[in-house]
Formats: sequence, structure tokens, C-alpha cells
Amino acid sequence: MKPSAFRYERPADLPAALALLGSGGDTRILAGGQSLVPMMNYRLARPDCLIDINRLSELDYIREEDDVIAIGALARHAAVKSSDLIAAHLPIIAEAYDWIAHAAVRNRGTLCGNLCHADAASEMPAIMQILEAELVLSKTGAQRSVAATDFFVGTYETAIAADEILTELRIPKPAEKTGWGFEEVAMRRGDYAWCTVVATLQIRDGQIASPRIALAGVNACATRLGDAERALAGQSPEEGLFAEIAQDAANRAEPQESAASDAEYKRDLIRALLPRVLGDAVARAR
Amino acid sequence: MTTVSFELTVNGRLRKATVPARMLLSDFIRQELALPGTHVGCEHGVCGSCNVVLDGKAVRSCLMFAVQAEGSEITTVEGLARGDDLHPIQQAFWEEHGLQCGFCTPGMLASAQELLAENPDPTDDEIREAISGNLCRCTGYEFIISAIRSAAVKLREADTETTLQPT
Repeated sequence: MKPSAFRYERPADLPAALALLGSGGDTRILAGGQSLVPMMNYRLARPDCLIDINRLSELDYIREEDDVIAIGALARHAAVKSSDLIAAHLPIIAEAYDWIAHAAVRNRGTLCGNLCHADAASEMPAIMQILEAELVLSKTGAQRSVAATDFFVGTYETAIAADEILTELRIPKPAEKTGWGFEEVAMRRGDYAWCTVVATLQIRDGQIASPRIALAGVNACATRLGDAERALAGQSPEEGLFAEIAQDAANRAEPQESAASDAEYKRDLIRALLPRVLGDAVARAR
Repeated sequence: MTTVSFELTVNGRLRKATVPARMLLSDFIRQELALPGTHVGCEHGVCGSCNVVLDGKAVRSCLMFAVQAEGSEITTVEGLARGDDLHPIQQAFWEEHGLQCGFCTPGMLASAQELLAENPDPTDDEIREAISGNLCRCTGYEFIISAIRSAAVKLREADTETTLQPT
């Protein structure tokens, strides 16, 4: 249970960090380390070189930029969880943090690092997809922005290239009267989710508008439920409809089994949680 | 740099070190500094036995490399008592039977320190949340919760006494 040897680099600024990334080999970014270091302790990860970005204080921020909340690569979970900006504009994130890790892990772990790790059972990849967040990927001399829905490719797999760092997460402030719902079942709070369902929607003239729904802990990575969204849009919110949509979503799921939760149980969880989440979102949208 | 040299402060004492970069902070504290009070349980961030207080925050010392603590101030369980006088949180654990085998205790104390520094009068739910990342296989947790509740009272009283003393 000891990491293998690696070259340790601790650049003083972002350009220096980006320059190091281009140097080849299995080079990994060390931010909070709360997922990478366990993998290194187990030797599931054996990087040649770690670039520790913990001294890049320019990346440690949560700020409001017009219609966007921008979160830097070094913002710790604990800071996001207790942020007044997040509580005011993105309450689903604050709620979700009651289910994410434990205090000592949140003190070190970063939200951007969590997204880059892309664990299938992690809540934030699902939430960023329904909030339609953009991820800013930087490399030497260039920057691109990737939608959260395109960023997550598979288990531990993202759209980030070997010479890029996720420097900023940009979350649009939801429209007025956007309702949201969050439900999860896990062995204990803070453990990996067996099933997380999240949704946002609005009610216009009594009908559901802009529904966005995502699942975590079920498929190989967090997934938007496009079929369910299309089935909901423009409909009156009714329990019968929610149950139908949940049944359909359960049928379409491709659950990753674990010792504690088999595929059929995960389908049960979708059927149980999705109507609750939609009900909560409708209640909050009114 | 596969070997690194750095300084940090542990329990009020400045320490200098040259160690492999891959050395975990938990191993550094136990082996290089000869402070075995910090316990190593799972070594992948689940059990909380290795929690220490780093710059005021409880952290998993098995999920940091020692070099990352350069320039930081760390308090381990050895830094709590003053001679034979237990720290009020330790005294409360003693009085309320907040431990049996003692393996989880150093980590519990670190989590309790952070909680009580930020929230001097926590509810039982807040105490439960604060120690939810620390596993204990003996006590069933209830006595630990009692101990932290009692420690909060002790610390508030000590604080009042300090405030009332003439400067």
C-alpha cells in the first residue's frame, strides 16, 4: 500500500505547470489527491511524474461573472459546500454535498479534480450535466471549452487531453424559478452512490419546460436521460407520467453491478427515485 | 525530484526533512518524526485513523505526500496534552469512555478539534456529521458523541475563564 516512485514537480504558476505537462510519460496533475492518491497507494495508478498544482493560488476561487458562477481548479469541496454564492444560485450543489465524501476529504479534495477523476458513482458529473456547465481546458498557448455533457466519456474517462489542465468550471445561473431535485441511495452518506438521480425543470403555463435529468452510479458514467427529458417537455406534471418515464428510464439503463447492488436493484432505485426527484423539482419550480 | 527537502512545523516544533517524494505524510509522521500516535488503518482514505490537523483543518495524512505539507503547521495527537494534563477533548474522551481499543482515537480527536474550533456548541447531528468519516469498530459511536458534547462544554468554560482573567 505504498505509491511507486515518481518525479515530483511543484510549479509556481500555471504557465510553468502547462509547460511540464508537455514533457511526456505518464504525467498526472495532483490537486486534492483524494482519488488519485488512493489509486497510487493501491498502485492502480503509477505515474512517472506528478505536477502538484496546490501552490497555484490563482486557481483557488469561486466567483460570480454576470450570469455564470466560475469555480477554479483549486476550489476545495469544503469551500464550494459552504459558499454563499453556491447556496444562493446553485442550491442543488449545496444539497448534494451532504452526500459527498466526509469532512476531512472535502477539506482537501477539489470539485474540478473530482470531475477529472470521472468516477461512475460520483454525483457532481451528473449535476454538472444538468446545469449545463462548461469546462475550460487549458494547454500552453490555447484554451477550449467543453460542455459537461461531452466531457464524460466513460468510467474514469474524460475528453481531457494529456497536455491539458481543467482550469475552470463555468456554471450558468439557472433561470428564475428553476426547480430542482436530488435523491440518492448509498450504503451510507459519503459512500459511493448506488443510484443518484438529479433533475432541474421549470413550469410555464402549467407545463414542464426545459427538463434536464441525469443519473449517476448506474451506467458506466454519469448520463443525461434525453428520452425522459423529451417525454416530459410540454407535459402537465402528473404522478402517472413520472412513473411511466421512470419505468422507461429503468428499462433503458445499463447498470454496472457491484457486490452490494445488482442490476435489478438499481433499476428498482431508478423507478423509486426518479418520480420523487421530479416531484421535488416541480414543487420547487412553483 | 524523486527526493525532496523541506521544512514544516509539527506540534509547535520546526522539523527539517529529506525524504522520497512518494513518502506519505502518515508514514513521514510515524517513521521519520517517530510520532506513532497517528495511526494507519486502511491507507486509502476510508477509515480516518490517520487524520491530523493541518493548518487548522482535519486531513487524511495517508492521502497526502509529506512534501505537500512543506511550510504547514501540523498537530498530531502527541501535540494535544501539556505534560500530564490532557487536552480538554482528551479529558472528555477519558471521562465519557469515548474509546475502547484506541485505534481510531487520534483521528477522532483531530476531527473533533476542527469541529469544536469552528462550532463551539454543535448539535448531536453536527457531531455525527463531523465524525462520519472516522470508523470505530468498538464503541458504537454513542460514547464518542457524548465525549465530544462534553468536550464542547469544557472548551467553552475554559474560554470563558480565559476571557474573564485580567490581562
